Amino acid sequence: MSQTLNVDQIRKDFPILSRRLHGNKALVYLDSTATAQKPVTVIRAMEDYYNQTNANIHRGVHTLAEEATAAYEGARERIAKFIGARHAREVIFTRNTTESINLVAYSWARKNLVSGDVVILTEMEHHSNLVPWQILADERGIRLEFIPVTEEGELDLLTYQNLLELRPKLVAFSQMSNVLGTINPAREIIEMAHRAGAVTLIDGAQSVPHLPVDVQQLGADFLAFSAHKMCGPTGIGVLYGRRDLLEAMPPFLGGGDMIKRVTLRSFSPNELPHKFEAGTPAIAEVIGFGAAVDYLIQMGMNNIAAHEHAITRYALDRLSEISGLKLIGPSAEKKGGVCAFTMEGIHPHDIAQLLDREGIAVRAGHHCAMPLHQRYGLPATTRASFYLYNTFDEVDLLAEALERAKELFG
Amino acid sequence: MDDLYREVIIEHYKNPTYRGVLDPHDISFEDENPLCGDQIRIDLRVNDAGVVTEAAFSGHGCAISQASADLLLESIVNKPLEEVKKISKQDLLDLLGLENLGPVRLKCALLSLKVLKAGIYGLGETDDLLVEEEE
Repeated sequence: MSQTLNVDQIRKDFPILSRRLHGNKALVYLDSTATAQKPVTVIRAMEDYYNQTNANIHRGVHTLAEEATAAYEGARERIAKFIGARHAREVIFTRNTTESINLVAYSWARKNLVSGDVVILTEMEHHSNLVPWQILADERGIRLEFIPVTEEGELDLLTYQNLLELRPKLVAFSQMSNVLGTINPAREIIEMAHRAGAVTLIDGAQSVPHLPVDVQQLGADFLAFSAHKMCGPTGIGVLYGRRDLLEAMPPFLGGGDMIKRVTLRSFSPNELPHKFEAGTPAIAEVIGFGAAVDYLIQMGMNNIAAHEHAITRYALDRLSEISGLKLIGPSAEKKGGVCAFTMEGIHPHDIAQLLDREGIAVRAGHHCAMPLHQRYGLPATTRASFYLYNTFDEVDLLAEALERAKELFG
Repeated sequence: MDDLYREVIIEHYKNPTYRGVLDPHDISFEDENPLCGDQIRIDLRVNDAGVVTEAAFSGHGCAISQASADLLLESIVNKPLEEVKKISKQDLLDLLGLENLGPVRLKCALLSLKVLKAGIYGLGETDDLLVEEEE
């Protein structure tokens, strides 16, 4: 067991982990890459808000409105600190990573990119960091280029260096792959992009929940991430943007709260961060998000990363003992807690179904990364992923269940 | 290990009778399930009397979708197209011997029927309505 986290204690913080399925089998939750489970502190923060505080924010002068505003803005400040932002106003609340990336594509890119401009992406992107740029490419004649993925599941940085000679306007990449688990050298990628004069966007959907991420240390221009993958609620995410970039961007959605002044025919936009937060936001979810960040800070991001690293190494060892099982992605040193694999003669969907009957939750499919699967010539994979609450025993249960599935199809 | 993976399903998945392509064919259609990427193509040969004389499926997918395609084609050979059009969702589930499939796996089981019907009706694309039960 990992020395760094008291996992037995942590598991008690997550009510859902004591659930039993299919005839009293303990839930083995290995799908945190899709969405993480929520500790009781997060659930309670949202419940308390609705029981005690519920009011709309920013406008009201009554006690509830003031308390709600303070709780909402307080969460923003703690989230800003968590990612090392200089100012809380650099943290824009969105619905999720996808919306954050779309915000950059609609606001920053439509102002700054013209036909023929180059945007560099990678072959390992989630659809959320592909489709917004494809829409833009169709609409504006933007040229998309891709950093290739090697057979081992890493980015080919030599080709990237050559691509930079096209003088791209933007380099947008995932810091950690949701399929391969690869942790990309974000700082190096950003430094290279900046030397070529490009702005950068990090898809942090997988990295921010699992690794210490500091935007100043990385030199990040934009960073997108979602609360629900880091023990927080669904429906709330963040776009971090460097202040000067955000200041110069036009609004994304128009409506209440994002304005300073409105006449019948015109408006002047509000200051950051409100300029990008039109309409009543997900107040309870932001407060839950703040509680999730508090929880992760209390556990320590370095400890979480170390625990996941240890459990992933163990899982890779156990899974590679199973004959006919093929893992994709790099070795344990280079990846986060994600193990995607195929098994000879059994479709991933069937594997996931058989595991489910034993109480084990994994994901099967293309994991919203169809082009990456095409690159490996695979229609689908099965993916087991780990978080701070997973144990080595659960890895054993997974390996044993996979052996039984193999026998059934054998 | 699991009652979903009954012998008939594993058997038809591992040793399908109707796997292949027919070239030439009278009817051919292909579609995929965007949720999981399962893909099925069905080819038919039909005689002048409108009776299916030969059938084959190709593509890839889970045991449920592939076994379902094999069982479905087995059931339509030597049947008039007019009768094939009447095959319902329940008919196919009866062939598979499956009850209480969840909503996700139901899509796997019904993909072949959707492809077959879209092909017979000469539609440009499949539609969930093709396999909905008339209430």
